[in-house]
Amino acid sequence: MRPTRPVGVVGYGVYVPRYRIAAKEIARLWTDGQGGVPVDAKSVPGPDEDTITMSIEAARNALARAGVPAERLSAVWIGSESHPYSVKPSGTVVAEALGAAPWVSAADFEFACKAGTEALTAGMALVGSGMADYALAIGADTAQSRPGDALEYTASAGAGAFIIGPATEALATIDATVSYATDTPDFYRRAERPYPVHGNRFTGEPAYFHQIQSAARRLLDDLGKVASDFTYAIFHQPNAKFPQAVAKRLGFSDAQIAPGLLSPQIGNTYSGAALVGLGATLDVAQPGDTIFVTSYGSGAGSDAYALTVTEGILERRGRAPLTEAYLRRQVFVDYGVYVKWVGKLVMG
Amino acid sequence: MTNIYVIGSAATPVGEHYSRSLADLASEAVRGAFASAPGLTARSVGALYVANALGDNLAGQGQLGAFLASAVGLRGVPALRVEAAGASGGVAMQQAAQAIAAGQCEVAVVLGAEKVTDRLEGALEAALASQSDAEAEGINGLTLNAQWALLMRRYMHEYGYSADAFAPFPVNAHANALKNPQALYRFAINADKYRKAGQIASPLNMLDCSSVADGAACVILAAESVAQTIAGPRVRLAGTAVATDSPSLAARPDPLDLTAARASAHIALGRAHMGLGEVQVFELSDPHGIAAALALEAFGCYGRGEAPRHAAGGALAPTGRTPIATAGGYKARGDVAGASGVYQVVELVRQLRGTAGPSQVPGARIALAQSLGGIGATAATCVLVSE
Amino acid sequence: MEIARHWRQRGARYRLEGQRSRSTGAVRFPAQPPALGEELNEWELVTLSGRGEIYSFSVIRQAPDGYDAFTPYPVALVRLAEGPLVSAQLTDCAEGDLAIGQSVEMATRLLVDGGADDVLVYGYKFRPTIQ
Repeated sequence: MRPTRPVGVVGYGVYVPRYRIAAKEIARLWTDGQGGVPVDAKSVPGPDEDTITMSIEAARNALARAGVPAERLSAVWIGSESHPYSVKPSGTVVAEALGAAPWVSAADFEFACKAGTEALTAGMALVGSGMADYALAIGADTAQSRPGDALEYTASAGAGAFIIGPATEALATIDATVSYATDTPDFYRRAERPYPVHGNRFTGEPAYFHQIQSAARRLLDDLGKVASDFTYAIFHQPNAKFPQAVAKRLGFSDAQIAPGLLSPQIGNTYSGAALVGLGATLDVAQPGDTIFVTSYGSGAGSDAYALTVTEGILERRGRAPLTEAYLRRQVFVDYGVYVKWVGKLVMG
Repeated sequence: MTNIYVIGSAATPVGEHYSRSLADLASEAVRGAFASAPGLTARSVGALYVANALGDNLAGQGQLGAFLASAVGLRGVPALRVEAAGASGGVAMQQAAQAIAAGQCEVAVVLGAEKVTDRLEGALEAALASQSDAEAEGINGLTLNAQWALLMRRYMHEYGYSADAFAPFPVNAHANALKNPQALYRFAINADKYRKAGQIASPLNMLDCSSVADGAACVILAAESVAQTIAGPRVRLAGTAVATDSPSLAARPDPLDLTAARASAHIALGRAHMGLGEVQVFELSDPHGIAAALALEAFGCYGRGEAPRHAAGGALAPTGRTPIATAGGYKARGDVAGASGVYQVVELVRQLRGTAGPSQVPGARIALAQSLGGIGATAATCVLVSE
Repeated sequence: MEIARHWRQRGARYRLEGQRSRSTGAVRFPAQPPALGEELNEWELVTLSGRGEIYSFSVIRQAPDGYDAFTPYPVALVRLAEGPLVSAQLTDCAEGDLAIGQSVEMATRLLVDGGADDVLVYGYKFRPTIQ
């Protein structure tokens, strides 16, 4: 899919909380430290952080890079599966905080881990159709997980924010996209339930791998390209292993995915994962580099994008903290502090 | 204009009076004050001023003027509540004095009463925090203790003190409270215990933070014509003054300067035709050492940054240059919130009558009480003189 | 629940909106009603940079109702780059990380959660500067 008017990323911003918990610390509680762990550590939101606050900071970074006044945003769309309110948009709080209100479309998207890229595709359409010049798409999550569940090792927190604008102003053009969706219930959370459930190994082949491979291959075919034509690639990263495996199957090398592979350090930021990975990749990319991004959302579906970095990256990259600045300030907490902060402690 | 005298005064012990209500405590204080003014009856009373800071938040009772007038046997008397946070007592003293001075009445009763232990600590902290700018500052979880702590840290930074330098304030307060049967904390502490105390709002530790507790105190003021009929040594309310400042620390040009404390003290002394150097004993809002230090410096007793040094040299003791907290102060007698300003006068009357026992300031004839609302947003001063 | 009381503060709390004097250029925060004797339009709204330095700080271990989940938490008086002092919570830091004079920047965070049926109150806090 391509918009009528060429579009691109005019500003991007990333946010990752300061706190981490080591996967081994979680294993200490539940498996006596025996067995492997899917990541080294995951990010933990502080007690005053949620999808709204992380979205605000990522978006402020994106606005700083874009150099676009907030009131020129025509959309503030936030994809998450951990919106603080079930009913009442995160988008209005974020739009108000940024200074984008009141002449703005504000909405919340939900599609498990690809809610953020849903917003991105919608933003491409809004700008690409000529209806608006700038749209802000955010993927953010403070992911929930049942204590002791396999998800608890990885479900983490982070946000990526992208301002879509005309390709002529972009620091990276978005050249094409595809979306793929099927009814595949590998992971879900019923209304009113605190923690999601998942289908264990069913989350692998028919879910993650099938959806991502379908979307990615289709986009490569549409473009008439192969994996080696791209400088970098980012895949949704629920753990360390899956994105590396799917990259290999599609013909991408370890070096291509290295800058955007953050799950070993920060876990799975859910709706943020592919977008934070893209942000980290833009942090190191040079003009002319090409980037292949494929998200994944349980339920299930996948969005794939092909980007080309422009000269604009050089001047705008330094206007906000790089992803590395957020990764570097890591402070590890123990399981007690972790459960206190993420609401797993019964406070009465 | 008539001279105004304190003709009766009394207070309940400060404590966790779980079995007693606000009305009970008020009644005891008022009965005690009348007992100290032989011959005076309820019929003489022309006005009742109730000093109370937290009644609607913590005691769940409104319209305290009529409620307590009725409860203490002053039904029918014009009565109202005065609320100025921790300065309520001092402001009520001034209101009562003004009523007499204006000829509205000859006898006015000032009743400070506070009941805080019916609610738990978290509600108390919230009620105290709401005395700053609640919308702009209370929302940040900024407690009253923390506001004093911010001033203490800055003071330490500007003048080069460690937190230990503030130990002499609570050590003095506890030493005096030990001898006061009405005090909340009748035990001594020392600098070593101070150093080891747990933090409440750093750098303020548990031994540098008052406990807010229950109590009631009553002072009966009268015009000279009535005072002449009462036996015993006479204590004159020679001057009062109230001053205000921004309730928000952030809005002050120089947060370490308690401007309302200075203005209120100097205006009250001026009205009393007294000089600061003549004051022999002080009662201050001293929930923390920093509060007393800043007040003494605001008055001009000590230069800025010097109070802790003088405190370490013994200046706070009954025999020192600026005796304070002779009954234990807010820290050890107990912090009675809006009633504190009335407790202060009860103690200074003892001092001026020479009945303060082991904490007596020798030859005390001129005394100054100052109560502060919040971090000195309201400051109310009473200057008392024995005749 | 105090929905309107929080709602009307959103400019100050979310964006650090203060006021600038049209005649002297002085900046104040938060916005105040016009003082006696001032022209009604003397002060105009201005969005502050959110940069500043710590004037003083404290760590609260005895908290008011509603703040238990954050305890212990640091608070500070911050001298904003535009001049005014503001009191606020600090976040993303421990007591040992803090010093008077240290540079801080605004972050928008959850201030208080009144419970399952209440609004979530967001607003400014400050943290050690990232960049």
